[in-house]
Amino acid sequence: MADLAARVRDHFTRERWINIGLQIGALVLALVLTTVILVAAGAPPLSAYWQIIKGAVGSVTGFSNVLVAWVPLLLAASGVLVTFAAGLWNIGVEGQIVFGAVLTTWVMRLMQDTAMSPALVIIIALIAGMVGGALWAALAGVLKTFGGVNEIFGGLGLNYVAAALTLWLIFGPWKRPGIGSMSGTEPFPDKLALPTIAGLRLSPWSLGLGILAVIIVYILLERTYFGLKLKATGASNRAAFLLGVPTWQYGLVAFLACGALAGLAGAVQVTAVYHRLIPSISSGYGYLGLMIGMLIAYRAAWVAPIALFFAALNIGSIQLPIVLKLDSTLSGVLQGALVLFVVLVEGARQRYLRRAGLKPGGA
Amino acid sequence: MEVQVKQIRKHFGPVKANDGITLSVPAGAIVGILGENGAGKSTLMKILSGFQPADSGEILLDGKAVTLRSPADAIRHGVGMLHQDPLDFPPMRVVDNLLIGAPGRLIPRRGDAAQAVADLAGPLGLTLDLKAEVGSLTVGERQQLELLRLLWLGARVLILDEPTTGISATQREQLFGTLRRLAEQGKTVLFVSHKLEEVQELCTRVAVLRQGRLIGEALPPFRVDKLVSMMFEREVTPGERLSCATGDTLFRLTDVSAEQGRIKLDPFSMDIHRGETIGLAGMEGSGQAVFLRSCAGLVATTGGRIQLEDVDLTGKNYHHFKKKGVAYVPAARLEEGLIPGLSITEHVLLTQHKPGFFIDRESGRKLAQQRIGDYNIKGTPASPVESLSGGNQQRTLLALVRPGAKVMLLEQPTRGLDIESVIYLWTKLKERCNDGGSIVFTSSDLDELLRYSDRILVFFAGKVSGPLDAKTTTVDQLGYLIGGRDISGTGIFDETDPVQEGGLDG
Ligand SMILES: Nc1ncnc2c1ncn2[C@@H]1O[C@H](COP(=O)(O)OP(=O)(O)OP(=O)(O)O)[C@@H](O)[C@H]1O
Ligand SMILES: [Mg+2]
Repeated sequence: MADLAARVRDHFTRERWINIGLQIGALVLALVLTTVILVAAGAPPLSAYWQIIKGAVGSVTGFSNVLVAWVPLLLAASGVLVTFAAGLWNIGVEGQIVFGAVLTTWVMRLMQDTAMSPALVIIIALIAGMVGGALWAALAGVLKTFGGVNEIFGGLGLNYVAAALTLWLIFGPWKRPGIGSMSGTEPFPDKLALPTIAGLRLSPWSLGLGILAVIIVYILLERTYFGLKLKATGASNRAAFLLGVPTWQYGLVAFLACGALAGLAGAVQVTAVYHRLIPSISSGYGYLGLMIGMLIAYRAAWVAPIALFFAALNIGSIQLPIVLKLDSTLSGVLQGALVLFVVLVEGARQRYLRRAGLKPGGA
Repeated sequence: MEVQVKQIRKHFGPVKANDGITLSVPAGAIVGILGENGAGKSTLMKILSGFQPADSGEILLDGKAVTLRSPADAIRHGVGMLHQDPLDFPPMRVVDNLLIGAPGRLIPRRGDAAQAVADLAGPLGLTLDLKAEVGSLTVGERQQLELLRLLWLGARVLILDEPTTGISATQREQLFGTLRRLAEQGKTVLFVSHKLEEVQELCTRVAVLRQGRLIGEALPPFRVDKLVSMMFEREVTPGERLSCATGDTLFRLTDVSAEQGRIKLDPFSMDIHRGETIGLAGMEGSGQAVFLRSCAGLVATTGGRIQLEDVDLTGKNYHHFKKKGVAYVPAARLEEGLIPGLSITEHVLLTQHKPGFFIDRESGRKLAQQRIGDYNIKGTPASPVESLSGGNQQRTLLALVRPGAKVMLLEQPTRGLDIESVIYLWTKLKERCNDGGSIVFTSSDLDELLRYSDRILVFFAGKVSGPLDAKTTTVDQLGYLIGGRDISGTGIFDETDPVQEGGLDG
């Protein structure tokens, strides 16, 4: 017992308390900012927040929809974490989701009329999604490694290309019989959808995939030499190289891993949620995944809860336009403000620690 | 300006880096701050220059108590510091670098600044090309730039933390001259160094720290043995000259030439023997670093062959060299050698020879503990490397060289180590030679080169002279060669053709 008490005490040192306090402070600041915006827009803030909570966890359907949104967020955020560890800002994750979805759609279109078993088609389609995402990421990686193009610019460019490609496919080669429309390609037959829980949109299979991805990434980053070398590469490329880490190869592998996870997210959106390719197939989950990555810094254990929180915000605010005549982008404002303040507070904390000499700046 | 500190305390967790230091320095003094690695010198200097606050204690400048909240605040009070490891220099022109941290104006006046600095530099005997890119300057020149910048900002107290580790002898003389002139003007200089000859030459008084406390002060004439026993609480004697060289060729260079930046190495041949230590002498930027890096596979050779035992390494990449047993240790500890943010354990894990897939933290911790013991590192397995003192970072770097390495290429391996640690470290390195490894190292310390090498190569403008037999070469001769003066015909050269005859010690 004494041992346990000591461990608990060690765990909650003063510094840790300060950290927790700061994080809560950031959350409060984000809420304050959002509230100010709501008030300025003439909306009642409290009932807006109440609507969000009710929308997210007020009903079984609501909460199951939160889980539906949770899956691609989990996949994208855990992928982003792998590239962050390697010191890479994989902004291209959005495009990787989209291209994964494109490849999944392509494979399913090829196979939907064959005699193959639906289960096999779905599995191949999911794998195709991962391959697609990885390919798109590899482009950004190759541009960075061999072309010297910063991954932020490369990724951003590729995001636009992927979005344009989707639109062209939907209005061109893959357009619905008759006329192409924003509602996407012709839906696949029901048998080619990932099975969902009766009455809900949630598929236990995709949920399982999302959770599995987080666990694998966590173990990879925290418990393996691969993760350690990746972190070393991210923290100091030159020193890691001299200590024997093949740094550019590790960077490329990080891109591929992130791309595969993002592509899987795209594949899940096609096979389990929309059953077709739509123009905004990624719903911006790539960018949200990036925000989650920034929010949790390198702490892989935090992916699941923060992604769930973000998913809840997203789903919860869907009702806002109907009930309060507010735009549903309010959740985006709240999420953005949160990331901003957490990053700000973290910056201030680092400065403070450096001043106090707890973290050195020089030798 | 007179500087006084009273009861300065600074603890990092259980480590008492400064444990109640009281010291006073009169205006116009050049004080040598001495102490073993981890004694608390850098910590005290950083407190004095506003980089970190003390836990408690007082700083008085000209008798007035001051609080220094930041380096900018310190320079407003007239205190400026040159850091132990040169800070990052962004790609910009010298004149722009000067303007950083300059108070006031939105739109800087380059002309005024340039004029003011030129006025400062002249009387101090410094010449600096204001239009040059900072990146193209040598460490010594950057130091002069930083010094001028601090003076221009109004520094009256100058703190230099191990300023002589990376600069040439000429630059050192220049620096010392400058510091003396500044002291004559009434400026106060605090000079941290591990090199006692420098302290003897330059300082007008000395303060010795040990384990965070002021152990004592001394006035000239300084006696080296007394200073040493104050620093270490006992006498330190350099061990016997050790040579483990055999006649057996381990590493063979045949007509190797290389080129990097401005430096071009002429074709060069040499056989390095098992157990041998080769010292590389020369002013900074004379080609010894390029030579070392080509031997490591980091700089591509433009001709010739490199062989390790009977393996041909010519044209292979760095990691291939490394795998075959060629280890390279860079001079820039925190930029190239170690990874800030990772602990000693993580570094040990990272450099394990054949790791599995999953990390076993516990065995990693044990291994780290063992290396910490072996290399006398002041720190714990969980210490992030950037929290170690400069000398302890250096030890960690060397502790990471994997035991089986056959050829160790070391850039300034004892940079920043205290005298005792230098001796200890060389004992460790010679053990490796005894096991059949070879060492090639650079150093700016002529005594170190002569004491620990078997043979010495001297570099001047990309040309290699030697090898010289270290046993029969004198400091003066070495100094001449480093300065580019030809002393062939004086009989100190190894007359035999090294490739055919295998050198002097063969
Ligand atoms: N930021 C920090 N966090 C934890 N410990 C620190 C930190 N900075 C310094 N220390 C510890 O304080 C002690 C004194 O360090 P300091 O850098 O002042 O030594 P030093 O006298 O400059 O040594 P060296 O000659 O090796 O440069 C060391 O044991 C060091 O590990
Ligand atoms: Mg120091």
